[in-house]
Amino acid sequence: MRLINRYPSRAMRAALGALPFAGLLGAYAVASAIRLAENPRDKLLPSLSAMGQAMYQMGFVPDRRTGDLLLWSDTFASLERLAIGIAIAASLAIVFGAIIGILPIGRALFSPFVAAFSLIPPITILPILFIVLGLGEAAKIGLVAIGTAPLMIRSLAQGVLDIPREEIVKAETLGASTWQIATRVVFPQLWPKLITAIRLGLVPAWIFLISAEAIAATEGLGYRIFLVRRYLAMDVILPYVVWITLLAYLIDRLLAGMSRRLFAWAHLSGEAL
Amino acid sequence: MTFLTAQRIGVSYGDVPILERVDLRVEEGALVTIVGASGCGKSTFLRILLGQERATSGTIAINGVPIAAEPDAGRGIVFQRYSVFPHLTVLGNLMLPAEFEGSRVLGRLFGRRRRAAREAAEAMMDKIGLDHARDRYPAQLSGGMQQRLAIGQALLKRPRVLLLDEPFGALDPGTRRDMQAMLIDLWRETGMTVFMVTHDIQEAFHLGTRLLVFDKIRHDPQFPAAYGATITYDIPLRGQHMSPDAGAFRLDAEPAVTNAGNPFLSRATSEETQP
Repeated sequence: MRLINRYPSRAMRAALGALPFAGLLGAYAVASAIRLAENPRDKLLPSLSAMGQAMYQMGFVPDRRTGDLLLWSDTFASLERLAIGIAIAASLAIVFGAIIGILPIGRALFSPFVAAFSLIPPITILPILFIVLGLGEAAKIGLVAIGTAPLMIRSLAQGVLDIPREEIVKAETLGASTWQIATRVVFPQLWPKLITAIRLGLVPAWIFLISAEAIAATEGLGYRIFLVRRYLAMDVILPYVVWITLLAYLIDRLLAGMSRRLFAWAHLSGEAL
Repeated sequence: MTFLTAQRIGVSYGDVPILERVDLRVEEGALVTIVGASGCGKSTFLRILLGQERATSGTIAINGVPIAAEPDAGRGIVFQRYSVFPHLTVLGNLMLPAEFEGSRVLGRLFGRRRRAAREAAEAMMDKIGLDHARDRYPAQLSGGMQQRLAIGQALLKRPRVLLLDEPFGALDPGTRRDMQAMLIDLWRETGMTVFMVTHDIQEAFHLGTRLLVFDKIRHDPQFPAAYGATITYDIPLRGQHMSPDAGAFRLDAEPAVTNAGNPFLSRATSEETQP
């Protein structure tokens, strides 16, 4: 049988999927063992058990200075900023995406502005945000929102435009007003697209969040990584990176599952990631 | 009295004329089939009748009143595809027109009025033979079922004019014959005026009370886009008014099993086998 027609079984697929992860882990363990054999005080590639030890310290032993469990307080602080930032961006995306997508006048008014705004590198706005909003939470949340909103607005506006013109015309012949077309035809079809837009927006959102935390924060996953960098604490940095990746992955899966559950009609035809 | 009058309709996209000097008078209750080569402007003409596009010149009036410049509830439409709403079930699609009408702000009905709307939707669902698919979404329906739903949804507004843009073009022959029979039945029952663009000449002759052919009367071989199309043939047909088996057919639920015992279909099939 040709290779293109050979499909792995369920168990085989799981095994194949796990293989690259196991390979990476194995390669790290070997490299770490080699370096530690040469120099037991090597900090660059700490052993897996050393990392486990460090994470136990971060996760389950209260910090001597603040009394917090650092891993969890960092995680909570970061997720809170991420959630508020994304919520602001999503609200902007719904409002402006709908105006741009539904109304030709709205498109003429906002589309060029959003297109131009989306080309500003968000990191260059960060100093402005710190100056205007101070070094508190507002600036970090603002960066996440500003960094992801234009992308999400354009994604949703395109989502509206992708609704076949025939549907809109049909609604008109059924006696619908612009408002009714928006609320009964466009918005219900926009929600699954909003979830897709959020999933896309989360990728840059994490970048902006970590960047903002690295520059000015007192807690947060990005803050911690850049703080312990001074001590070459790879035994904290590496697990933190894995932890952030895991969080991002779980949020993405959660949103994908939510979309499938809430908007079953949108997942009936075609296959989506 | 003439129902619909089109006078010297011309359409050009930029410098390219699509239609020129289209004159047409149609009586109420006619079933006008429209054929023509691809790109001859027959769908454009339909979109102008609908109000989705505006003619560059000329006027169209229904009972002497110029038609609205945008689609409205007086003119129903069924496209070849995308004529139903993918996020609503069959029942939801059929309740939508009543909800648009009954609730300007929310677009949703509650209580007694919702029950009334549901009953009307269920009656239509029965008529178009989709009562077994009540809670299915359009993506879960076959092409023929989707088009039946689209036609039923359009008819709920009781439009005086129904516009069909190659409505059966994507269907297999058996389903198409079913759909044609259903259309004829609904047309007889409602007395509405139907305009139907089709690629299928046989269908055009078979269904229509009148056949319009769109074509270019002038042709410049050096510059094919120089002239637009117009109505070149206007043929009165017998139509399906007096069909001997009027009302005899029944639309079965599943198109695949309808051919046996369906007088309309067996007649259509036997016609095909004649030389």
